[in-house]
Amino acid sequence: MNKFRRAFLKTAGAAGALLATAGVGLLKSGEVFAATWNKLAFSSNNMNDAMKNANYGGAVESKDIVLKAPDIAENGAVVPVEVTSNIPGTTSIALFVEKNQYPMVADFELPSGTEPYISTRIKMSQTSNVRVAVRAGGKNYTQVKEVKVTIGGCGG
Amino acid sequence: MSMSRREFLQVLAAASASGFVLNSRPAFSASSGDAFYDLPPFGNISLLHFTDCHAQLLPVYYREPDVNIGLGQSLNRAPHLVGEKLLESFNIRPGTLEAHAFTSLDFAQAARTYGKVGGFAHLATLVKKIRASRPGALLLDGGDTWQGSATALWSKGQDMVDACKLLGVNVMTGHWEFTLGAERVKQVVDNDFNGKVDFVAQNIKTSDFGDPVFPHFALKEINGIPVAIIGQAFPYTPIANPRYLIPDWSFGIQDDHLQKVVDEARAKGAQVVVVLSHNGMDVDLKMAGRVSGIDAIMGGHTHDGVPAPSLVKNPGGQTLVTNAGSNGKFLGVMDFDVRNGKVAGFKYKLLPVFSNLIEPDGEMAALIKKVRAPYEEKLAEKLAVSEGLLYRRGNFNGTFDQLILDALMEVKGADAAFSPGFRWGVSLLPGEDITMEHLMSQTAITYPYSTLTEMTGATIKDIMEDVCDNLFNPDPYKQQGGDMVRVGGISYTCDLREGMGKRINNLMLGGKPLDANRKYKVAGWAPVAEGASGEPIWDVAAKYLRDKKVISPRKLNLPRLLGAENNSGIA
Repeated sequence: MNKFRRAFLKTAGAAGALLATAGVGLLKSGEVFAATWNKLAFSSNNMNDAMKNANYGGAVESKDIVLKAPDIAENGAVVPVEVTSNIPGTTSIALFVEKNQYPMVADFELPSGTEPYISTRIKMSQTSNVRVAVRAGGKNYTQVKEVKVTIGGCGG
Repeated sequence: MSMSRREFLQVLAAASASGFVLNSRPAFSASSGDAFYDLPPFGNISLLHFTDCHAQLLPVYYREPDVNIGLGQSLNRAPHLVGEKLLESFNIRPGTLEAHAFTSLDFAQAARTYGKVGGFAHLATLVKKIRASRPGALLLDGGDTWQGSATALWSKGQDMVDACKLLGVNVMTGHWEFTLGAERVKQVVDNDFNGKVDFVAQNIKTSDFGDPVFPHFALKEINGIPVAIIGQAFPYTPIANPRYLIPDWSFGIQDDHLQKVVDEARAKGAQVVVVLSHNGMDVDLKMAGRVSGIDAIMGGHTHDGVPAPSLVKNPGGQTLVTNAGSNGKFLGVMDFDVRNGKVAGFKYKLLPVFSNLIEPDGEMAALIKKVRAPYEEKLAEKLAVSEGLLYRRGNFNGTFDQLILDALMEVKGADAAFSPGFRWGVSLLPGEDITMEHLMSQTAITYPYSTLTEMTGATIKDIMEDVCDNLFNPDPYKQQGGDMVRVGGISYTCDLREGMGKRINNLMLGGKPLDANRKYKVAGWAPVAEGASGEPIWDVAAKYLRDKKVISPRKLNLPRLLGAENNSGIA
């Protein structure tokens, strides 16, 4: 069944690519995102500015945020990260990589009634803290985990 | 031969240093082995465990480390105990068979006296003997079984697959197996092992949807009692080894998932839950403190031969952690006494496999002979004679690594050389011929390419810092379980009190400080990047050995250690 699902998605993906190249897209590229793109936050080159500009300033540490990321990244270009917020009234979840040139990675806005869970892959240039920020009931919360990025090789 | 005198003097020196009286040795023979291996049965569940045999079908010499440093929480605790400190800690009498098995003390001298260790024909006899007194016992293979010898490489692991089936392995997990490629592993598991050996791994998933690749555990009934064996493959396989060989699989430690699997196994009725682990012992110890409901983690990867289990407390009670050495040298025997649905007591013994004390099993010996037959001539080629002791294991350069580094630098015309901090590879006693088979025991991998790269001094330092952090990061979950990259041509200091980026200092090449901006020619081998190429390392080293004919004792390029005072991981 899993094999079928994978094959199906591959086919669907190929079809999607064909549609796109045929220029059948219904949205003009970038149009939808442009409205909410926080250029200031995404182009901030340090952690504090990025968090402040993304309106997550003053976030307090919370154990109700579960941040799942590998201890050592298998591939710094695609590091899987999962966040679950157990804070009631969560309206958004954002991700930052402290040592990336531009720390802000993503900001997910969650419409009311959405399960406060996100799963994505992020790019990391080097070993760094990965920080998640959560807005709930108008307040900001945060949690952090270090992910190691290594050149590899030399294992036992 | 000129060196036999030197060799004799070395033996004498070693003997006098340790207070041995040379002619007082008891005679060792297979008949005296019966007593040594007489292990009274205990309880009603028995698990036999070997790990990291690295495809050594025949008996070998294998020297345990004299440097195996533990820092932070690992300081002066098993497995970071060597030499006399290990003997004291586990109450082993110096000068005994066991002292020789677990330490490097007077290695060459003791190895001559007690002979080789391991060998599958000898292991087979021992397994049969132990099983005869423990009906229903399971045999667990912790992995790193299908890699490490020429015959395993050339037969794509088939010699080991066949030998393990004959040995009667019941459950297995893996690490170096994956360097044969995902398809080959699947082929063995789905065909050769089908219905015979359970290959388990709770921490391998497809990288797209996170689907399981192997069963997470095997549920077996021993004497009417359900026992779960959960697999934990080496978590950092795609980092320490080439990712392109297993492109669609993701690994990691996954201890939250492990907790779910333990709970699932208990829910299915398991009265004993054991994790067959290839984490490395420091990771096992941390994991044992974080996951509840595991009776024992029986581990490998870091090649630690630990005489007694470590007991780790966790929110659900306690977990035993054992590690069973490497190269076929040991067989772990765990006996559980299970009463009223749970473990009420245990006994554990890590038995050294001394080949002179055990009659080889005829059927296994015949299989080994058969699988080696097509390659015998190639394996037996004498490349050179070694005047000194050759070994690899230890946190920093071993003499066999030094030989490989010297060969790389000379053959490639390099300023410096790197060789991976692998922990496998057999030892050779002074005066032994170095055969092609010996050389392959240090180099037999599926990505053996030798390389010559221009690197700045800054890059050289970055690489050394990165690998050093994989060894000494204070968090075991951020270690990879290999030793420090072996370095040729560059002297350095290693500050154990410092963190990432600050440990490696005072780098010197040819009597001058390494220039961060200057480019140097650096030779190496075993690149993990896809698309790498180059002459196989065994050809480079063989060329050097054939040319030299006699290999003088190597001068080890060891770093000066800072912050190593009172560390029981240094002999």
